[in-house]
Amino acid sequence: MSPVRTLVTGAVVLAALLLQVVVAPHVAWHGVVPDLVLLVVVAVALARGPQPAMVLGFCAGLLVDLAPPAEHVAGRWAFALVVVGYLAGRLRPDVAPTALSTVATVAGCSFVGASLVALSGLLLGDPAGVGTGELMLAVLASVVWDVALTPLVLPPLLALLRRLEPGPA
Amino acid sequence: MTDLLPRSGGPDPASAPGPVRRPFRDLSAEGRGRAGGRWRRGRVPGSLLSRVERRERRWSAGPAPAAPASRSLLAALLLAAATVTTLDLSTDHGPVEAARGVVADVVGPLESGTAALVRPFTAIGDFFTSRSALRAQVAELQAENDALTDQLATADVDTRRLATYDALAAEADDLDRAVVAARVVGWGAAQTFTDTVTIDAGTEDGVSADDTVIAGDGLVGRVLTADSSTSTVVLITDADSTVGARVGSSGTLGFLTGRGEVSDGATLDLELVDSTEVPDRGETVLTWGSQDGAPYLSGIRIGRVTKVYSSLRDSSVRVEVEPSVDMTSLDVVGVIVPKGTDSARGLITGSSGSSDTSGSDG
Repeated sequence: MSPVRTLVTGAVVLAALLLQVVVAPHVAWHGVVPDLVLLVVVAVALARGPQPAMVLGFCAGLLVDLAPPAEHVAGRWAFALVVVGYLAGRLRPDVAPTALSTVATVAGCSFVGASLVALSGLLLGDPAGVGTGELMLAVLASVVWDVALTPLVLPPLLALLRRLEPGPA
Repeated sequence: MTDLLPRSGGPDPASAPGPVRRPFRDLSAEGRGRAGGRWRRGRVPGSLLSRVERRERRWSAGPAPAAPASRSLLAALLLAAATVTTLDLSTDHGPVEAARGVVADVVGPLESGTAALVRPFTAIGDFFTSRSALRAQVAELQAENDALTDQLATADVDTRRLATYDALAAEADDLDRAVVAARVVGWGAAQTFTDTVTIDAGTEDGVSADDTVIAGDGLVGRVLTADSSTSTVVLITDADSTVGARVGSSGTLGFLTGRGEVSDGATLDLELVDSTEVPDRGETVLTWGSQDGAPYLSGIRIGRVTKVYSSLRDSSVRVEVEPSVDMTSLDVVGVIVPKGTDSARGLITGSSGSSDTSGSDG
């Protein structure tokens, strides 16, 4: 990865995190906000394959885990986003880039990511005493959010990533 | 992009190994001019195809060939994530906490800046929502006013309540604290079920861990960690938050725990120490207070009792308390700090210049 690409990708992740933490809560549904960082990881996976996406997923997830006001056990989002990067990257070569397939990929990845975060919380007993019903609701709500935002977020992101791509060797 | 031009000796797309193996990629690959593109972009015959191509391009991910997914990298990264989790779980002030501090020092100011940037826009939404909310509030207040007028006419228990309030007020005055005003700039996602917010005041402003955080209406929570310019606050609605509480006129003691919900109408559960004392609906709940005023000072309004369930069979009482602060629309909050704290910004202090007796350091 060239330094410019790394820098731009890092900036995009940071911007996504800031939007997610500062702006999104103003439009949140019962406190559930869209996982913009997850969308960035999916976009990178679609553009560059699983390898860079997994690395990015780890770094971005760690950032989400550590940036204020995160207070949960660190590593949960990192774990989930690595899996998301892997999955989205694996799905990539098999689908034609149509709107429907991209949205389906996002929906699947968002479901897996949100579920992993929720399940790891349940396993670690992170916030104790959260019901499974609430968990399911939060997971579903975040999937709906991510799918709804896909048409707005993914095309510009993919265009940006395409631009950063070096010419075919 | 020279490879977009038609190549005379190029391989027939239909016989190229790639497109045959993955027929779905055929169209998009041609649209991008790879794998022996047949048409030059912009000269695609037929408007339908060009539209399809444009749509494809909109969602296409670019020509980078996907590197084969590496299982070992996946395993390594997952193990790394698990290691971070284990480290965080097993050590209290370990490397993860240090990393948290570093990230907070970098990202915190960015969050404050972003919040300041978007505030004019988010305020527009508040303007419209608050209009209807205010109308509802006026109606509610009118009803409450009527009820209170009634109560005033009939009440004879209020002398005791008044005495309690007086004592509490005196106590609050005695504490002799100052308030650091701060703005809420970041909210934790509900996906992780922790109700935490970032405020734009940190150790530079005199905030330290376990300080009490209030809003105009009452208790908000306590400072969990204070970094140089921002702090993380646990709201009382957090599932892990427990606040010692004292209920209105009777002075019954209990513990308030959150449920991890932030939505409108979030409630707290009150567990009474003495379950024979059953509070009434509508009674005010105040903080009990902890030693040295940390994490919670005593006598701060938390909310009021909305529901009381009592079971005669096992003589247990379940009480629900509605916080007086609307946690969904937090903006300006105050952090209570000892008077005379070094702060980069102005401290709000009470008007009374009473002599300092126990300026307990929080």
